[in-house]
Parts: sequence; C-alpha cells; structure tokens
Amino acid sequence: MALAATILLLAASALTPAWADPFGGGAASGPPQLGGFAGWILAEQSMFYQMMSGTIRDAKSNGSAAYTLLGISFVYGIFHAAGPGHGKAVISSYMVANNETWRRGVILSFASAVLQSLTAIVIVAVAAVLLNATAKMMDTTVQIIETVSYVFIILIGARLLWVKGRAFVKLLRSETHVHDHHHHGHDHHHAHAHAHSEHTHGEDEASAWGHAHAPEPQDLAGPKGWQRGMAAVISVGLRPCSGAIIVLVFALAQGLFWVGVASTFMMGLGTAITVTAIATLAVGASGLAGKIARAKPGRGMLVLRGLETAAAALVMLFGFLLLTGYMYSEQLMGI
Amino acid sequence: MQLTAALRILLVVTAVLAGAAPARAHPHIWVTMKTTLIYAPDGSITGIHHDWAFDDMYSVFATQGLAQKTKGVFTRDDLAPLAKVNVDTLKGSDYFTFVTADGKKIQLADPPQDYWLDYTGNTLTLHFTLPFKQPLKAKDLLIEIYDPTIYVDFEFADQNPVSLTGAPAQCKMKFQRPPDLSLMYKQGKPLGEQFFNSLTPAQNWGEQFANKIMVGCG
Repeated sequence: MALAATILLLAASALTPAWADPFGGGAASGPPQLGGFAGWILAEQSMFYQMMSGTIRDAKSNGSAAYTLLGISFVYGIFHAAGPGHGKAVISSYMVANNETWRRGVILSFASAVLQSLTAIVIVAVAAVLLNATAKMMDTTVQIIETVSYVFIILIGARLLWVKGRAFVKLLRSETHVHDHHHHGHDHHHAHAHAHSEHTHGEDEASAWGHAHAPEPQDLAGPKGWQRGMAAVISVGLRPCSGAIIVLVFALAQGLFWVGVASTFMMGLGTAITVTAIATLAVGASGLAGKIARAKPGRGMLVLRGLETAAAALVMLFGFLLLTGYMYSEQLMGI
Repeated sequence: MQLTAALRILLVVTAVLAGAAPARAHPHIWVTMKTTLIYAPDGSITGIHHDWAFDDMYSVFATQGLAQKTKGVFTRDDLAPLAKVNVDTLKGSDYFTFVTADGKKIQLADPPQDYWLDYTGNTLTLHFTLPFKQPLKAKDLLIEIYDPTIYVDFEFADQNPVSLTGAPAQCKMKFQRPPDLSLMYKQGKPLGEQFFNSLTPAQNWGEQFANKIMVGCG
C-alpha cells in the first residue's frame, strides 16, 4: 500500500519539471509542494547512489553488505527512473497508440527494464572484463547502441502512425458520411459498421469501429502482437543506463562483478516499477477516454482514434528528439 | 464532460512524458569542488582555477582500462590522455562555468590552461584554469557553476571552497551553495512562489542548483 502511494507520488513528482520547463523553455511556474518533492527525490537519489559505493566496498569483507546493496539498488532504481532515459515516454505513448492492456503494459515495462540491465551487463562484461577497454571506448559503444535504438523508435513510431493514421482518416471519412445521414439513427450506423468490418483489410480496420474497440484477445495472445511488443521492448531496452555501467565497472574493480550484476538487476526492477506506474497512468487515462467514447458512437470514436494517431506521432517524435539529442543526451564521459 | 476529463488526464501524462527534456536529467557524476579566482597585479581578474574531485564510483569508472606504468598507481602521465578527453568534452558544456560581469555575460577563452588529473585515495581530481579572453575589472562579478542538465552534480567543498589570489583589498567575496531541496522538503518548507517566479523561461531548471561566487569590488 505504502509502495503504491510512493509510486503515485513519484509519478506526480515527475510533473513538476515538466510544467516548469516542458521543452527547454516553457512556462515558469509549477505547484510549489511538488517542486520540493522533486528536489527531495533528486537528493535522495544522490544519497542512495553514494550509499551504493560504500556498500560495495563493504561487501568485500562483509557478505551481508551485498544484501544491503540489493535493497539500496532497488530503491535507487525507483527514484532514478523518475528521470529520463528509461523509456517512460516511448513505452507510454506506444501503449496508448497501440491500445494496449494494462497487463501487457506491465510486461513490456518489465521486459524493457530487464533488457536494459542485460545490455549494461553485457557491455561491461565484454568491454571491461574481457577486453579491458577504457571508459571512453565503453562510452562510444553506448552511443552507437543508443543511435540504433533511437532509429528503432522512429521506425516503430512510423509504423504505428501509418496504421493508426490510416484508420483515423478512414473513420474521419465515414464519419462525415454518417453525419450526412445522422437522422437515420443508431441502427444505420451499426449496420454500416458491421458491413465495413466484413472485408477487413488490416488489424486495425475492425477496431476502428466501436464494437471492436477492446483489443481482440487473439490479437494479444497471437505471435504478431507479442512480436510487435518485442520490437518496442528492444527499442527501449537496448540503451543501457549509464548509472548501471558505472556501478558495474566499480564493482568489477572491487573484484565483485557478480555483486554488481545483482545490483544492476535490482535497479532494473525498481526502474520497471516506476515506468509501469507512469505507463499505467497513461493507459488508464486513455482507457477511460475509450470507455466514455464507446458510449457515444460517432464523435467519441473519432476523438479516440485521433488520440491514438497523436500518440503514434509522439512515439516517432520522441525518436527524432532522442536521435538529434534535443530531448535527452547522456554521455558517460559527461566531463 | 467526462471525455474531456479523461483527455485532460492524458494531456497531463503527455506533459510528464514530454518533460523528459534535458531539464529532467539526473546526476550520474558527483563533483566536489574548490575554485580559485586569479587576479593580475593591476586588480583585474585573469582566470578561474577549478579543482574538481569526482565521486569514488566515477573515479574508478573513468580510469577503467587506462594503462598504468606501476600497477595500482595512476601518475599524472598515466592520466594525461584522460585529462585531454575531459577538457575537450567540457568545452561542449562551457566548462559548466558561467560568468556575468556587471550584468553582462562573459565568454571565457579556450582551451583551458594547465590542466591535469591526479588520483589520490579513492578520488580522481581534475585541475584546470579557465582564462578570461581579456583581463577584466568588474564592480560586480558573478560566477555560477552548474550543469543545466544535472547530469553532473556540483557541490562546493566543505572547507574554504572559494579563494581569491592577488585580488585588490576592496574586493569582497561571497559564495552561495545551491538550496538543499531535500532539507527544505523534510522541514516542511515547500519552495515558495518567489523561487518559482525566479525561474524565467530563458533559464533552465538546472540553474537552481548553481553554486554561486559573487565578488564585489565597489
């Protein structure tokens, strides 16, 4: 319960800076209490991070310190993911655009967090353990992986935009049509809808109509659905967190690489919880909009499809912003 | 209108996500610093010397894989290539050092002079001097040190973090640490309206974490 509250507060805290500075130069004011809370989160993060290095040192002589480290890593992960670079934006928009269920959202968030941990571990294992590469070389590796992952995000966004945009335009056209005959009433609308879905051209054709708003169970369970989900997971999870890489290299230097690996997974778990919370918020809101929209055929559905199209465009936009370094750029050799 | 309400929530969530702008980055590197302002005999300031000590995890990370002449010891020579990488990279972020003289922004010259790294105990420290383009006399000099993206967290050292060498007697120095937001929160002192009003659109969020040095030579 307390955890749920914490998560909710975390999500709320993410709001403040967004208000203060949405895209690098926005409106000035935000809710003061949240501002304090965001600052507190930043400070807590520093504290936990600094506790981590001490605990890793302790773990050399004291085995139980390793367990303490796991706990610290977990909490650090929760705080840390409130910052950028953990796929909250991409995953949430993807889920809204794709009309994903909450359950799948949780799985996607966790899968990408696990992958993110794995990439960090593989990079450090190969670069530092096997090749004794320098930090600079690891930095270059991460930057190449980042670029690939951002291109992936753009591609996924483009695909979603194509599918959702087409469905939206189609609905827009038929909506105008329905509008012309709107005194024919509800029955006519439905008949029209069913006739339309008989010759389904694609996966989204059917769901473009009210009766099939909820994702088809077979669509979720089918290999196609999961394949698409995997693409999103990979695009987000490919990019490792610099924090994890630093911790892993530090643990390696202390001769405790495996402790670093365990810590990385715990951070990933914490990260996943925060990402899930925010993604759930997004899906919950769009689900609510969907429920209401379904109750009023016509305009409501149009709004909903428009929403999905906008979310798809957002995924693509995020990809571009990430790629051009406007939205988020993080160099390991930040100094 | 329920639909509007739901859409509004979605809009808020979108704002949260879009907020993943640089302003919301999180520190991965912690720097404890000492700064010395260097004055010429005629009383003008000529340069800013920084000693930046990195946190122990980053110290280990940054030196990973560097060749050592003697195992377990990093000499200044061993660290020279890394020092070069550091100052070259720092150029891209204006050395995180922002100077205002009598209300006017001042560009510093590059490259930094006399830069080197040393490694003592668990701490890697970067030393470098940022020269002014021209020696400068200012009634009010403001030097702010911060990372706008908060990727690097800067903090003045506990003891004597700022010193002046060769400054005229009438110059008075003050320094100011960034507000301890965590402490303020715990004490139940939410940031006041004044604080938020001070954030004009042109400023960035990271600036609230600026370490400030003010020198008045009135």
